[in-house]
Amino acid sequence: MSAITPDLIAEHGLSPDEYQTVLDILGREPNITELGVFSVMWSEHCSYKSSRIWLKTLPTEGPQVIQGPGENAGVVDIGDGQAVVFKIESHNHPSFIEPYQGAATGVGGIMRDVFTMGARPIANLNALRFGDPAHPKTRHLVGGVVAGIGGYGNCMGVPTVGGEVNFHPAYNGNCLVNAMTVGLATTDKIFYSKASGIGNPVVYVGSKTGRDGIHGATMASAEFSEEAEAKRPTVQVGDPFTEKLLLEACLELMATDAIVSIQDMGAAGLTSSSVEMADKGGVGIRLHLDRVPMREDGMTPYELMLSESQERMLMVLKPGREDEARGIFEKWELDFAVIGEITDTGLLELTWAGEPEASIPVAPLVEASPVYERPWVPTEPPDAPAIASPDGPIAPALRRLMGSPDMASRRWIWEQYDYYIRGETLQVPGGDAAVVRVPDSNKALAMSVDCTPRYCLADPERGGMQAVAECWRNLVATGARPLALTNNMNFGNPEKPAIMGQFVGAIQGMRAAALALEFPVVSGNVSLYNETDGAAILPTPVIGGVGLLSDSTKMMSLAFKGDGRAVIALGGDGSTDLSESLYAREILGSESGPAPAVDLAQERAAGELVLALIEGGLIDACHDVSDGGIAAALAEMALAGDVGWRADPALQSEGASFYFNEAQGRYLVATADPGPVLERAQQAGIAAIRLGETGGNALHFGPNDAISLESLRGTHEAWLPDYMAG
Amino acid sequence: MKATVTITLKQGVLDPQGKAIEHALTGLGFDGVGEARQGKVIALTLDESDEAAARAAVEAMCKQLLANPVMEDYEIALTP
Repeated sequence: MSAITPDLIAEHGLSPDEYQTVLDILGREPNITELGVFSVMWSEHCSYKSSRIWLKTLPTEGPQVIQGPGENAGVVDIGDGQAVVFKIESHNHPSFIEPYQGAATGVGGIMRDVFTMGARPIANLNALRFGDPAHPKTRHLVGGVVAGIGGYGNCMGVPTVGGEVNFHPAYNGNCLVNAMTVGLATTDKIFYSKASGIGNPVVYVGSKTGRDGIHGATMASAEFSEEAEAKRPTVQVGDPFTEKLLLEACLELMATDAIVSIQDMGAAGLTSSSVEMADKGGVGIRLHLDRVPMREDGMTPYELMLSESQERMLMVLKPGREDEARGIFEKWELDFAVIGEITDTGLLELTWAGEPEASIPVAPLVEASPVYERPWVPTEPPDAPAIASPDGPIAPALRRLMGSPDMASRRWIWEQYDYYIRGETLQVPGGDAAVVRVPDSNKALAMSVDCTPRYCLADPERGGMQAVAECWRNLVATGARPLALTNNMNFGNPEKPAIMGQFVGAIQGMRAAALALEFPVVSGNVSLYNETDGAAILPTPVIGGVGLLSDSTKMMSLAFKGDGRAVIALGGDGSTDLSESLYAREILGSESGPAPAVDLAQERAAGELVLALIEGGLIDACHDVSDGGIAAALAEMALAGDVGWRADPALQSEGASFYFNEAQGRYLVATADPGPVLERAQQAGIAAIRLGETGGNALHFGPNDAISLESLRGTHEAWLPDYMAG
Repeated sequence: MKATVTITLKQGVLDPQGKAIEHALTGLGFDGVGEARQGKVIALTLDESDEAAARAAVEAMCKQLLANPVMEDYEIALTP
């Protein structure tokens, strides 16, 4: 057995202080297996040591919440004895190294998190961030990541219904792949990871264990350097067909009452699953590692504990139910092995052929897990003057914007995904939020993922607030009542006070918005150290939200439904500053200035108004105003419905500041009968501006300022396929 | 000169296709198949007649396109 040297400790990512704590807990030197266990349990990825104290400040409760953060996924009541189960998770580092498999296993991992809770996955979403399109690696990453997401989701028979994609040079060395899964369960059949019952059998099911991704969790907790590309660890390869079998086998066993608790093996595999189950139950756990199904010869206890082989689960069964469970898993052609038992020792005990290999007290391993209140400095809000209204016609600028990498159609991406499988998809990618029907009911779930990293960089607090508000708004725009959110915090190195300040600011903004909108956090994931050679990504706190439509026939969509509708802009604070807008970046070349302010009370009021308008059947199209301002929102509504629009004569002198500012809390609605809409808006104290009327096949901003839908569509649809064709 | 490139997954990388082959063989009654691993063979006809230069060229092709060096090994066999 190798001696524990300072180098070995450092390689395992443990600081000298942390190693001293290991010595204190054990009262002796650890062996290599024990060192491995401490290392992965205390990695940033598993312990959330830099983020935990801040995550705790987020609101996690509400009458609808059945299970908040701390389990495999969040659980929210949707009535009629049903619950929606969802979570978002990052697979950033693996996707940068091997985009197809990294993204695929990310999707596989998040689906496992959801079905571990007893839910059948009904939809997947993803939030992707890539580097500058001109960077030599970007095209390869986009192609691989998109194919990997599609490959895994399509093979599993789960539709990929929505997502978002940004390009920015700050992601050149670290792409972001955040995958979200939404599942459906019955409220009396939710499964948790808390182990109990001394002597109960611990069962391993799924695929065999190989040497996949050993130390993936510690890799995800360290910065990349150019050398890391050469020192690549073994890549995890996903097998969606096995995961499909695992899903069906687990759901079949869950229909019985044989399971005490269940936990999927994700990052840090057998180690984190066994330790978390034992810790939550306040019990010990003994694992006979020689009984673990192995794919390769000569695997050591260290490798077995740290392997990140995919498509595996750990369960505690009721005594005497092993044969029944074995029958189900063998029917589905999966490995099944009783590998241990629950004990009253409070220890994680590992043995090999009867010989002890490791013994670690569970509670101290978890409780002494380091928590850092890392020093942070708040991000100074940029002190730049508002951007004066640029002159010039609107149509050419709109055309450029709609063909820019961040606004161009994502059709090339989502057409690679099977978004109709299961036959419940009501609103496909390209709208505000995806909408998926709850089978055998009149209900539907709306879901969206959102973040605007350029706002977060300028002002993390406003950016965090805006991400929550935009997600909420996207759900509202379909007519759904927002229920709860899941968050994926993607940041740089938290040991740098400026980066930690971004994290803290984003959390503070998210907290304020989640409270004001009664939109609690039920699950989440943190990915730090997204830096290469000291250059960090933009702060990217992605919000995934789910809302409920109690009557799916009242679902709203963004497409103009026909000619002769009045188009009205609702909400907003009247600000017309272009700072940090996409227009400023793409047309003016400016990335400075303050992020748009978010007035949470107005946001809430505007949302309630829109929900009432939809409920009352007073509008027939609705779209939130975000990137590209009113002009881009009009363009998207017109393109989706293939119906043009003409500006109200009163607006024909308005310029770029009016059309392209990104003031928050706004919706565009279309209605055949504007009177009641304007009246309701006035009653609610929400600003309402008549923009013009639908009709024709062009967008007319003024007498000599128009663009045909055909031309706009050509530009909008061309960029991504042209780019990928290279 | 002809080059034959044999590409296989690195040892230790999960091979779902190989697993399916192994499973199907067992299902067909071929007993005693322990593990199946699969790969692909690419045959190239090259204008180059110098062996060292041909090998260097195919090596570069493997790294850039034919193989995924992150998870695959490749072997190059050259015949005149």
